[in-house]
Amino acid sequence: MTAHDPQQAARSNAPTTTYLYDAYDTAFVRERVAEFRQQVARRLEGAMTEDEFRPFRLMNGLYLQLHAYMLRVAIPYGTLTARQMRRLADIADKWDKGYGHFTTRQNLQYNWPKLVDVPDILEALADVEMHAIQTSGNCIRNVTADHFAGVAVDEMEDPRPTAEFLRQWSSLHAEFSFLPRKFKIAVSGATHDRAAIKAHDIGLRIHHNDRGEPGYEVIVGGGLGRSPFIGKSLREFLPREDLLAYLEAILRVYNRFGRRDNKYKARIKILVHETGIEEIRAQVEAEFAAMDRAPFKHDAQEFARIAGFFAPPPYETLPAQSPALEDAKRADAAFKAFAEINVAAHKTPGYAIVTVSLKPIGGVPGDATSAQMRALADASEKFGFGELRVSHEQNIILPHVKKDDLYALWRMLGAAGLATANAGLLTDIISCPGLDYCALATARSIPIAQAISRRFADPERQRLIGRLGIKISGCINACGHHHIGAIGILGLEKKGQESYQITLGGDPSLSASIGELLGPGVTADEVPDVIEHIVDFYLGERRGDERFIDTWRRLGHARFKDVLRREGEDGADI
Amino acid sequence: MTQLKNPQILFANDLRDGEVLFLGASGWARDHRQASVARDSLEAQALEARGKADVAANRVVDVYLADVMIGPDGAPTPLHYREKMRINGPSVRRDLGKQARSEKAGEPQ
Repeated sequence: MTAHDPQQAARSNAPTTTYLYDAYDTAFVRERVAEFRQQVARRLEGAMTEDEFRPFRLMNGLYLQLHAYMLRVAIPYGTLTARQMRRLADIADKWDKGYGHFTTRQNLQYNWPKLVDVPDILEALADVEMHAIQTSGNCIRNVTADHFAGVAVDEMEDPRPTAEFLRQWSSLHAEFSFLPRKFKIAVSGATHDRAAIKAHDIGLRIHHNDRGEPGYEVIVGGGLGRSPFIGKSLREFLPREDLLAYLEAILRVYNRFGRRDNKYKARIKILVHETGIEEIRAQVEAEFAAMDRAPFKHDAQEFARIAGFFAPPPYETLPAQSPALEDAKRADAAFKAFAEINVAAHKTPGYAIVTVSLKPIGGVPGDATSAQMRALADASEKFGFGELRVSHEQNIILPHVKKDDLYALWRMLGAAGLATANAGLLTDIISCPGLDYCALATARSIPIAQAISRRFADPERQRLIGRLGIKISGCINACGHHHIGAIGILGLEKKGQESYQITLGGDPSLSASIGELLGPGVTADEVPDVIEHIVDFYLGERRGDERFIDTWRRLGHARFKDVLRREGEDGADI
Repeated sequence: MTQLKNPQILFANDLRDGEVLFLGASGWARDHRQASVARDSLEAQALEARGKADVAANRVVDVYLADVMIGPDGAPTPLHYREKMRINGPSVRRDLGKQARSEKAGEPQ
């Protein structure tokens, strides 16, 4: 039995394809804003200490960072409307410093909000059906999903209805609001994993059984941080009707046995690792069998209501090929490069998926100015049904662009400084904010990304190298996903100086692997040289179009270490 | 009383706006050059006690002492790169944070 309005759904051919609040959702978010406004007022008048207030502000996404407060805004499964993107820009101008940072969790962070302004910011977010609830704290965080959801050619099912279903289940879930540690869920419905589901506490892979019924492979115990683990399969196929009950069972087992005695061992990945997947499976299945499943009985009507919001937009019937696109590519080499690198195949003939890189050469990965946010909103309305996505790679996706419109879109993006043709290439670097902003960081990460980006700025060289993921974290918490970068970089403190460890062989996809350490840490100045040595060796050894990760797996880690050792003997201090 | 290995200043954040503050002779300052410098353990304890009192009074949060060196002009400069970042602002955005204010005023960093 749902508390939502069953009439508000099923919007086939609607102008945008995202979940819309009904009166229940609106009241829920407004009540939370009013509650936090009171909590802030009580804190400011001294009725609450910081220790008392901290859990409240964290549950509303508000941190205290190196220079100021930081507000993390939830972007559920990375989907945004143009109206919402404009509001994010307005907030950046009115209450922050004119920009925002898109994160590896598909969220947005403001780096300079004042505590006194945060209730007004949350009110402004609520106006456009957004909030910051559960973007922090030891609860189930924003559920993430494939950023190509609903449009990818390799997709079996759009993961967003499942993600939204889980968002509603997990929002203010009384039993799971104070877990041993934070808990992250990612959903993919495609052959290729673009959501890094094996690096999450729970990863869900939608697929069909022999009878063609939809269900989920449930992967548990993945995670990065100081102890990285690849998730293990708990159930190969879970029928959809058991989804909520089974996830309840997993969370209950974790809540009961998770290591509350040690913050660094409190994630479910440690429980799975220490207990063993067989024993965890037995415990989850026992809980699942014993529990009262009635409250979690699958509500097919509610799932269908949610799925209705994600109906395809009103596509035109178009030929698969676009002569206009081919003409533009012939006439303009820069556009041709963009079209070949940043444009992906769409499941609807005549349409394409565009990745807008937030990684200009020498820029700050994931940052966008308010002007750029408005340009993206305008572009999405003009060329893409007013819908945008945030990828965990810290880029923006326009998921429904007519091939005929790609050239005009590219020119519009170029005018806003958003036409960098590097999606998936070496300079499309994932980076956490690092010590430039983050209170937890042990070293800077953004300047390292900028230095590598400048070193490999030549677009021809990048294309020659091909797809290669570099991921940088400024501390062991691994927000920059360095463990699963083909080349990973971890910033640490060594004898009072910033020092960088380099790992090779990480893989965020279904063939997931954790990178292996190359050797002792190097200084910030040395990092671009080391990356260049690694890349040059790869180019010399690869067979045909072999990806970096495949060359590394074929040759083995030792060969790469040997190369760097020899380079070191020639003078480079590595 | 023991002499400190390095002089220290007291860092905090303003409760209302989050900005980094330094405890000076006449209260909290937004410029580290106005920070009171502790050179021995008693002075450090006194700074910390004043800071904790203002935490209890809900004026500031996250109070801690950090090592500094004293320049020829008498101004304290943090020894650790983390606190150097805090007295300036993000190294990748020189137009933001305290450094931006100083640059506008034509002051050296």
